[in-house]
Amino acid sequence: MGNLAASGRPTNVRVMEEAPPVRSVDREVEGRRWIAALRGAGAEREVAAAMLHALLLRAARFELHRRRAALAGAGRETIDDLAMQSADDALSAILSKLDSYRFESRFTTWAYKFAILEAAVRTRRRAWEQRELPIDPQDWSGLPAPALDPVEDVEIRERMRAIVRAIQTELSPHQREVLSALVIAEVPIDVLAERLGTTRGALYKTLHDARRKLRTSIGADDDALT
Amino acid sequence: MTPSRESRRACKHLLAGLLGPSGPEVTCEDCFANLDVYVERELAGDGADVLVPGMRAHLEGCPACAEEHDSLRDLIARDTGGRI
Repeated sequence: MGNLAASGRPTNVRVMEEAPPVRSVDREVEGRRWIAALRGAGAEREVAAAMLHALLLRAARFELHRRRAALAGAGRETIDDLAMQSADDALSAILSKLDSYRFESRFTTWAYKFAILEAAVRTRRRAWEQRELPIDPQDWSGLPAPALDPVEDVEIRERMRAIVRAIQTELSPHQREVLSALVIAEVPIDVLAERLGTTRGALYKTLHDARRKLRTSIGADDDALT
Repeated sequence: MTPSRESRRACKHLLAGLLGPSGPEVTCEDCFANLDVYVERELAGDGADVLVPGMRAHLEGCPACAEEHDSLRDLIARDTGGRI
């Protein structure tokens, strides 16, 4: 594993966090070294896992720092805990999915996405943990309609009216509920998935199908006005 | 920004959210599966959207995936100085 680390002391977490990944090593060679070490045994595996964990922790902290506005009120200890939990879960996910790494990107880029996902999901859930989900408005005529110029923005107003009609007549109650929560109330998709006991993918499919229906209904086959 | 322009922008943002992207798009699962390759190709200016058709549309339609994409792109860009 020595060739993977910029430092000669791979178990020294502090050094690893500060050191950028090596960039000169060929992508596939680098990836195969990581895979071999993580599938190895004993000390080699432990060292590789510790090095990877340090990199994941760094990626998780990067993400949490970006989302700090959503973490307002969270102390440093809480944020450190979130970063550590994210790195721990990302490492577990990576170790169980090594077969899915295809050597098409750098191993570290592939690994970082797991840490970013974990940290992003934790941030969104924490930001919404005290908040109730919005209720389906039922009457969509109250759709938030920013004040538009009655003359200049006539086309946008007409399109908005057509969409409201289509929402009320073309969509199922579940599609309306999902559209309302994700688009109007801007509930993060993983937060909504957790509350509804479903998956992010399933919810996005519902949203996608609802959007297709709306587009078809109002004849919006292009991106005009959007 | 004038109130009218701001209102128009807010309205277009709402319309975009309600109607979503116009073209075919990948799923959230496929987005995650290809995110690392897409970001590296994107930073290298090497045909990311040809390699993963439907990715750009999905990122326009899914705010959560877009956030994660932006974070990974910026992290890798910072590490590599934008040179992949």
